Amino acid sequence: MRGVLLVAGKEIREGMRNRWVLAATLLLAALALTLTFLGAAPAGRVGASALDVVVVSLSSLSVFLLPLIALLISHDAIVGEMERGTMLLLLSYPLARWQVVLGKFLGHLAILAVATILGYGAAALALALTGPAIAPASWQAFALMIGSSVLLGAAFVALGYLVSALVRDRGTAAGIAVGLWLLMVLIWDMALLGLLVADQGESVTAGMLDLLLLLNPTDAYRLFNLAGLADVRMLSGMAALAGNSALSAPVLLAALVGWALVPLLAAAAVFARREL
Amino acid sequence: MKADLPLIGLEGVAKRYGAVEAVRDVSFSLPAGARVALVGHNGAGKTTLMKLMLGLIRPSAGRLHVLGQDPAEGAAETRRRLGWLPENVTFNPALTGRELLCFFARLKGEPVSGADALLERVGLGAASRRRVGGYSKGMRQRLGLAQALLGSPRALLLDEPTTGLDPEVRQGLYSMLSDLAEGGTTVLLSSHALEELEGQVERVVILDHGSVVADGTVAELRRLARLPIRLRLTLAGEEAPEWFGPAGAVRQPGPGFFEVSCTPEAKMELLRQATGDRRIADLDLLPPTLDELYSHFLRLRQEAAR
Repeated sequence: MRGVLLVAGKEIREGMRNRWVLAATLLLAALALTLTFLGAAPAGRVGASALDVVVVSLSSLSVFLLPLIALLISHDAIVGEMERGTMLLLLSYPLARWQVVLGKFLGHLAILAVATILGYGAAALALALTGPAIAPASWQAFALMIGSSVLLGAAFVALGYLVSALVRDRGTAAGIAVGLWLLMVLIWDMALLGLLVADQGESVTAGMLDLLLLLNPTDAYRLFNLAGLADVRMLSGMAALAGNSALSAPVLLAALVGWALVPLLAAAAVFARREL
Repeated sequence: MKADLPLIGLEGVAKRYGAVEAVRDVSFSLPAGARVALVGHNGAGKTTLMKLMLGLIRPSAGRLHVLGQDPAEGAAETRRRLGWLPENVTFNPALTGRELLCFFARLKGEPVSGADALLERVGLGAASRRRVGGYSKGMRQRLGLAQALLGSPRALLLDEPTTGLDPEVRQGLYSMLSDLAEGGTTVLLSSHALEELEGQVERVVILDHGSVVADGTVAELRRLARLPIRLRLTLAGEEAPEWFGPAGAVRQPGPGFFEVSCTPEAKMELLRQATGDRRIADLDLLPPTLDELYSHFLRLRQEAAR
């Protein structure tokens, strides 16, 4: 475990030195603050809690942004170090390959978590300081949104590692990462929508739709945040979908955790077999 | 572990990458405190052998043991007592030399104070708090050396350790290595610069296309190769002594200079003649260099292959 923590610590230090942490935090904070204050103006009239509006808009943002940031920092993690030659030296130390993968994962996850908590936290803080009092339920929704955002990031860090462990050069890893992002974030939902429209409810059952949604971490995340919480559901326009779905919040969370763990284990297994 | 057991032993080791045979049927053993050079052109298999000894790759055939263990098992205790300097060592440029060395020290379970002492020892004390991205090639090489020396290793594997080092640092490195060897550390180094290995290693293993073509002390290799010894003579006057001709092949590189080549057996006779002759003002004995030995053994092998 000591080796894992040492690698994680080094990864965090590198992330801070490379300004990854700073850049990601500033980006998330800037977008979160913009959405907060743009969104707060109309919401004030209809009586919805300002923070609930923020949860809806921020989770819509996270679905695009966090997978992108996660893939950016992770696609290079293994293949990049192999190409630069630093991995070989590291592996000559008393350190197993799975320890390197897990250590890097924890480091990258910490970077992502700090950026998300600070960035989104800034928006919530600004709202709490300037607006009316916020209900505890809204705070809870917000906290769950941040937690699940970090999980979503973890899933894509793990996917990025799997890509990084599989390919031979960095360019390929970057290309696949971009493709993965497009597929998961944009194409999947469009294809799903197309399928539903074409099918007209003939053969695609609600159970099948649930399964298709769980097969993509971004959908699990979206359902969890937009449909899972009662007050938010009304705002997000996901009530209809949530009504038909058998997916409860714990199932969705478990799906996200699975999306982080399975690719991570696969990445460690692939890397362990890799010829150096 | 018994003291007479070699620290590193290879028996019929082979390594194939697909159709390419990087190393084939290599056997040698290195006792404690030995200083051995692994010599060969690029792609001769030097780096592959080191990776095998480190357990980074597994042999396709044969057995090897390092510090009493099969290195492919990756036992932490074995790795802790091994130091490796890879060829063209690289580090993450964002971190400082000290941060990196402390990280490596902790990985080996060594106190951080040892890292500071090592940085001083390789002459990076002043630059230790600067980022490695700004280091010169020689400084990176010295940092690489420092990490290899962490934790008083029992065996040191150095892949081209002197590339990019100034002559002064290079001499410092060799004296450091001889100190370590005195203390019982086995030092295996690969190099291209054969002339600088002269006197720095006691044994040379010559590799060609993945197999060992010669293995022995420099003196043994000289004896085996039977290359001519050259005697460089400076004349006092103009006249060349009459015994030059029959003694061996004569060359005149410059006015008043002569080089006489002779077989190892004829050497003493020739020396007696030269020292007894007043027409000889000065004398240098030039035994075959490591370079010459190396090309000799490679030539032998190529002829055998034909």
